[in-house]
Amino acid sequence: MQNNAIIEVRHLKKDYLVGNEIVHALRGVDLSIYPGDFVAIMGASGSGKSTMLNILGCLDKPTEGDYILEGINVKSLNKNQLAEIRNLKLGFVFQSYNLLPRTSALENVELPLLYNPVIKAKERRARAEAALESVGLADRMNHLSNQLSGGQQQRVAIARSIVNDPVIILADEATGNLDSHTSYEIMALFQELNSQGITIAFVTHEPDIAAFTSRNVLFRDGVIIKDSLTQNHMSAREALKAMALETHPEG
Amino acid sequence: MNIINLIKIALNAMKRNKFRAFLTMLGVIIGVASVIAMLSIGQGSKESIREQISSMGTNMVIIHPGQEKRGGVSMGNTSSQSLEGRDLEAIMDNCPSISAVSPEVNNAGQVVFGANNCPTTIFGGNENYTYIKKIEVENGHMFTTQEIKSAAKVCLIGQTVVDNLFGEGADPVGQTIRFKKIPFKIIGVLEEKGQNTFGQDQDDLLLAPYTTVQKRITATTYFRTILASAISEEAVETATTEIEEALRISHRLRDSDENDFNIRTQQELVTTFSSVSDLMLVLLGAIATISLIVGGIGIMNIMYVSVTERTREIGLRMAIGGKSKYILMQFLCESILLSITGGMIGIALGIGTSSIVKNVMGWPTIVTTDSILLSFLFCSFIGIFFGWYPARKAAALDPINALRHE
Repeated sequence: MQNNAIIEVRHLKKDYLVGNEIVHALRGVDLSIYPGDFVAIMGASGSGKSTMLNILGCLDKPTEGDYILEGINVKSLNKNQLAEIRNLKLGFVFQSYNLLPRTSALENVELPLLYNPVIKAKERRARAEAALESVGLADRMNHLSNQLSGGQQQRVAIARSIVNDPVIILADEATGNLDSHTSYEIMALFQELNSQGITIAFVTHEPDIAAFTSRNVLFRDGVIIKDSLTQNHMSAREALKAMALETHPEG
Repeated sequence: MNIINLIKIALNAMKRNKFRAFLTMLGVIIGVASVIAMLSIGQGSKESIREQISSMGTNMVIIHPGQEKRGGVSMGNTSSQSLEGRDLEAIMDNCPSISAVSPEVNNAGQVVFGANNCPTTIFGGNENYTYIKKIEVENGHMFTTQEIKSAAKVCLIGQTVVDNLFGEGADPVGQTIRFKKIPFKIIGVLEEKGQNTFGQDQDDLLLAPYTTVQKRITATTYFRTILASAISEEAVETATTEIEEALRISHRLRDSDENDFNIRTQQELVTTFSSVSDLMLVLLGAIATISLIVGGIGIMNIMYVSVTERTREIGLRMAIGGKSKYILMQFLCESILLSITGGMIGIALGIGTSSIVKNVMGWPTIVTTDSILLSFLFCSFIGIFFGWYPARKAAALDPINALRHE
């Protein structure tokens, strides 16, 4: 079962030098992620989950250990090759959306493709439109980012993360800035994308959000202390319906 | 990453901050506009001096007699009486680069018509005089060789004299006026030339055959100067050498003797008088260039602020696959676009200003292609030079920290 893993992490260690003190953010992590996984990476702050995500996102390099992404050992790559990997294989969703201000949803979604010289303008536009349609924003394509609500902005960000057909989406507290109703909507969208076969790694510290994923990985003090499949994980759609019933019992 | 995507990214970034982009460009706009306008004023005044001097004659070469010493006492620079009729012939016969020669004699005195009189100067020349000095005969005709031979008492008069003696707009041709009691019949009126560069009224004169002036007024046989016209502007220098040789022979000077005459050309006058405007041109250009540099520093300043302000954006661009060199190129591209767009607006504004100065204030201005090209190149250079450091700063950011930046 190890052979078909998208991501294989072996004995990963990461040390930071803070002042004169060495901080061991990761102390030997082993983790495999398979196609179609929807992994919640959980843990308190300081547990190493953000460091883990940065390394998985090829934004940072481990001090020790190996990180193999689709058969490529990331350790051996230089800065530019890492940027290329990020452009072609990874999708990012951030807590604060990070959309370009005063720029249309469509242009925001096109952005990753602009850094890919192979893709022509026509294809870029078509793929961005398709991505926006799949997150349910077909009618908002030309809205500027500041004209959209928080939930809609995060949808644009998700569309941006899937536009390059990544092997995995890395989401960092993607619901952290949203109210619970909108959070559930976003989780419903993630579940939908996951059911279409997209692999997602989702960092969160909220157990109720993690409940929507299919696998939970718990970090504490730089090591994984629990890695379990969620039995009968909740559907975000159902949760939304239940929530609607609670607020309007007569409906 | 192709250049079109790069320009698109940079343009989008500028579009998001239109007003700031405009303010940033303002420095360059003003800088370029002032370079263009200043240079056009400087160039214009230089050109107008050149034009005025060249309007004094057709490729003119002026031969003055040298100084004479009597008993060791210098009589002044043009005091000798060495230029005579045979010199005229010598020049005409031996100088192929000369197309026309005329002697010049003059005498100041009072001219009288009826009850009116005024002081003026009578100039004597031959039939080529008006051609060499670029004077048009407006009304009537120039005197003929026959009239020169016979020292006829005919003259042409300048507009100032017409105004003084006959009143404005009158036609004096055919009337007889008196200069130092000698009656002259007016056969023509000279076209108005106005003041020359040195503030002299060029219309306050009588023009008569030189023979008439020599025989009837000054009672001399020598010429004050000889004026010659070279066949072309390029031939002036050759003509000068030819004249020098011809005159040395005609004056029977030995090899050891110094010239007893001086030759000056219009070009020398142009050089002398345009040195002031050359200096002005340099000064104006320097001031304008400084303002262009200040504009460039403005761009650098804004680009720095922009990099700090857009740290998160840079982080995002890096996270989704923007390599450092693309980030560098994007910011460089932005500053170049800013400075070149500013430069173009500045060029338009500069040309506009220069035409306003020309039309409203009446100063001569000339916008040269050189100055446009120069300021355009300078702008591109400023864009690259002052955009480089902020762009480097952006490209050197660490994506993780940049994404966390508040």
